Amino acid sequence: MVTIDPRTAGRSRPQGSGFELFVWYLMRITGVLLFVLALAHFSIMHFVFDPSQENASWIAARWGSLAWRVFDWTLLMMVLFHSFMGVRTVIGDYVRGARARLLTMSTLYVVAVVLFVAGTAVVLTLPVVA
Amino acid sequence: MLLRYRAREGMLAWAFHRISGVAIWLFVVIHVVDIYLVGGDPKAYNTLLQVYSSTPGRIVEVLLGAALLYHALNGLRILIIDLWPVMTVYHRALWYASWVIFVVVGIPGAVIILRPVIGPALGIGA
Repeated sequence: MVTIDPRTAGRSRPQGSGFELFVWYLMRITGVLLFVLALAHFSIMHFVFDPSQENASWIAARWGSLAWRVFDWTLLMMVLFHSFMGVRTVIGDYVRGARARLLTMSTLYVVAVVLFVAGTAVVLTLPVVA
Repeated sequence: MLLRYRAREGMLAWAFHRISGVAIWLFVVIHVVDIYLVGGDPKAYNTLLQVYSSTPGRIVEVLLGAALLYHALNGLRILIIDLWPVMTVYHRALWYASWVIFVVVGIPGAVIILRPVIGPALGIGA
């Protein structure tokens, strides 16, 4: 019988069927998708192309394709969920006291909503260049 | 902290995962704001992109890429152990395997990003 040491890998799966279990599964699902999406995005931006050629009009031309807008928005949704839920875990581990926790968690969620709105807005509204 | 606890593989894997994760989160916050500028203030975005393609910018991008690659590979290791608990026995072997992939993929990646910086010095052009 193999005994599992919870210190050797990720967070152990939460018991029951509540919100925390839902988040635990979503962290893994978004993680797998990000393995593909985020590494592909980094490779495209740094290996296929180079930051020296990526100005605002280059991005507007790239977003002339609906597929790249969908790709980038999907990546944005995955990374916002995964990274903010990850930092939520970190805050839960280190921030002590009800007031401090309320303050840091509220700030975290406000920043997440602002980035969700700003990122979605630019993907939806950047004009298509002919 | 890492030195005091005489950290072994499992704890180091966890600590690096956490540090790289927070670093990537910080970049994501900056990156969504800078992409917002493409619509909001394209001139400011172009100025910022000159920072990204400068020498210090490229060094930070190599560090970002390293954080991303480590977090992705170790995340895969966590998933393998979650889905297939028997693999817990081999968690160290999996960690070392992730480092092999990290070096094999990461070194050429770093060279490509730094080529405009190190290329002229090595005589291979930019």
